[in-house]
Amino acid sequence: MVNDVLRRIEKRLHSVMDPELPFLTVMELGMIRGIMMESDTAVIELTPTYTGCPATDAITEDLQKAAEEIYAPVSVRLVMSPAWTTDWISASTRQKMAEHGVAPPEGQSADKAFLLGDERIVPCPRCKTTNTKLVSPFGSTACKAHFSCLDCLEPFDHFKCI
Amino acid sequence: MEGNNSSWLLWLADDALILGQRLSEWCGHGPVLEEDIALSNVALDLIGQARALLTLAGQREAKGRDEDQLAFFRTDRAFRNLLLVELPNGDFGDTIARQFLFDQFALLRYEALAQQTTDLELAAIAAKAVKEVRYHAAHSAKWIVRLGDGTDESKVRIQGSIDRLWEYTGEFFMDYGMDSQWADTGILPPLASFEMSWLKAVQDVLAEATLESPCADWMQKGGRMGEHTEHLSFLLAEMQVLPRTYPDAQW
Repeated sequence: MVNDVLRRIEKRLHSVMDPELPFLTVMELGMIRGIMMESDTAVIELTPTYTGCPATDAITEDLQKAAEEIYAPVSVRLVMSPAWTTDWISASTRQKMAEHGVAPPEGQSADKAFLLGDERIVPCPRCKTTNTKLVSPFGSTACKAHFSCLDCLEPFDHFKCI
Repeated sequence: MEGNNSSWLLWLADDALILGQRLSEWCGHGPVLEEDIALSNVALDLIGQARALLTLAGQREAKGRDEDQLAFFRTDRAFRNLLLVELPNGDFGDTIARQFLFDQFALLRYEALAQQTTDLELAAIAAKAVKEVRYHAAHSAKWIVRLGDGTDESKVRIQGSIDRLWEYTGEFFMDYGMDSQWADTGILPPLASFEMSWLKAVQDVLAEATLESPCADWMQKGGRMGEHTEHLSFLLAEMQVLPRTYPDAQW
């Protein structure tokens, strides 16, 4: 019974989209860390991508509403540990990002190349060239860096490795 | 001990909150669009860290105060931030110099907390914050090099900013008598133990930027005791006016 409710909630949460990357679900971004029953409350554990991400409140509300279609009461709990990492984004989700014009995080977390001062090679999601340039490590949202393609000359977002 | 722990959390939280508020003043005023966005992004990260830390401080204090009450309903004397972070933004060079000096310290402090503290809730916030501050520190250091090793004008001005702000860096490592308690309870290694690493990191970047490392035999202090510059009161007036005027306002 309980397992059935949790399964249905999980299924429903698979269609809750991220407000900043509306072609991805919060599940695909690895932000849901657990769904469990505590006494009679369904608890959803959510980890923010960045502590200051302004979308966290909106996501919390969306998850709450979606889960309440299945069961009540629902509580969304923020968990900080372990800290969210881009490693939790699957290969198929990275592919989806690229298809929507956002260069996915490259390889493993902690953008060491940038942090050590090397220029990271991020392919342009449109023309696929590697002839690109970091414009700013801070882009349109907390999770993205701002790049520019030197071949097709289009600016594009890169989802930062953390 | 719990009480002491909550007031120590305010050191961290108030540094992040006040610097975040200061940086947010740049929003819409940056020298170029990319830098406007960058400073606003850093401000956002800092305010996010402050929210998590203030929430934890409120829980430890156990007087029913949440993040909003701690941010908006304390007066200047109750704030525990460093004097450095409350100073006005000045020009872009002043802002970058302040950010650089602070980021290098914040990075060491969060790394130590993430790896060493026995306070697991604080360690979780620190582990998150350290990933963000790495980007801040890399960004402000790059600007120091760009301005220092830039034009004659940019070099003179960024050197002036570093020189003027230097006397506010001594407070990073002042423990106000709290160190032994933290060390005993495993919260944090003594603050003074970060000093050499900080100095080396800062001097390395200044050398790359062809700038001089200042020497100072006198350092400002007071922020950790609630003795602030007059600038904090003006900052708080702006930050707090809405919730104080409409205490029950809902967004």
